[in-house]
Amino acid sequence: MGQVSSAAPAEITRPDADEETFAVPEPDVPWITLVHNDPVNLMSYVTYVFQTYFGYSKEKATKLMLDVHHKGRAVVSTGSREEMERDVQAMHGYGLWATLQQDRK
Amino acid sequence: MPGHFEPIPGGGAAVALDEVEISIIRSLAVQLLELIGPGEEPAGADGDPFAELFTQGPSEPPADPVLKRLLPDAYGGPGTEDASAEQAAELRSYSAEFRRFTENDLRARKRDDALAVIRCLDALTVAGEGGAVLKLSADDSRCWLGALNDLRLAIGTRLDVADEEDTDILYRLPDSDPRKPMVMAYLWLGGLQETLVETLMP
Repeated sequence: MGQVSSAAPAEITRPDADEETFAVPEPDVPWITLVHNDPVNLMSYVTYVFQTYFGYSKEKATKLMLDVHHKGRAVVSTGSREEMERDVQAMHGYGLWATLQQDRK
Repeated sequence: MPGHFEPIPGGGAAVALDEVEISIIRSLAVQLLELIGPGEEPAGADGDPFAELFTQGPSEPPADPVLKRLLPDAYGGPGTEDASAEQAAELRSYSAEFRRFTENDLRARKRDDALAVIRCLDALTVAGEGGAVLKLSADDSRCWLGALNDLRLAIGTRLDVADEEDTDILYRLPDSDPRKPMVMAYLWLGGLQETLVETLMP
C-alpha cells in the first residue's frame, strides 16, 4: 500500500484489520480473464477470436490459444474487475469458456 | 467445394450446399433457437424499449447441460474446485449477479446468429441438381461463424465430448452406433466452421 499512482482512481483506504479478513477484494490487485480449454472449439476459431476481439497479433493470439490447449487455460487479459467482466461477456458471446478472477500470484 | 467455404473476392464467403445439407443446417438452427428460447417480454410494458433495457435476466445457471455450456458462469470454474464453502458461495453470488445483467443479451446474440442462418438459407433458390451456392456477406459470415460454433458446442455437449480423446473415439465409431449421424453432422459442421474462419482471418 501507499504506492497508489496518481492515475489510479481514489480508493477509500481500508482499515488494516479488514486486510486480514478473508476474501476482501484488494483494490490494487488486478483482475484477469481466463479462457479454459474446450475440445469443441476449433484452434483456428480461438485464435481468430483473440485476434479479432483483443486485437492481438497472430503470433500472440496463437501462443495464447496453444496455452489454452496444452495448459488447460490462459490469461488473455488483465485490468479492472469491470473491464474483465466486459471481456468475459465478450468471450461468452463468441462461445469461449471464460471466467474472471483476482490475480493472486 | 462441397462442405467448404471459399472466400469471395471483395469480402464474404461462399459454399455449395445440396438440399439435404440445407435442410440439416436449417433444422439444427431451429432446434438451437428453441433451446435458447424467445426474447423476454418485459412484464406490463407493451413494447417500451426502456423497460426492456432494465429487464433483469435469470440469476441461476440453466439446468440443461447444453444451455449451461452456451451460457456459462463468469466466476469459478476449473482451478477453484478446492475453494472453501464460503469462497464457493461468494463465487456463486458473483456469477448470479453477472448472469442477471448479461444473460439476456447473450441469448439475444445467439438468437440473432441462428436467425441469420435461417434467413440466408430461406433466401436460397435451389437450382438444378438439387443444390445451391450460398453466398454470405462479411456480416452474415460472422453470424454464421457464431451459429456454427454454438451448434457444435450444443452437439459436442450432447455427445459428451469432454476431452481430445473423446473426439478421437468419435472418428472411429462403427456405422451401427446410434450416435453416428450426430457425429457425422458434428464433424461436417466443424469443416464448415474451419473453412469459414479462414475466410475471416484478419
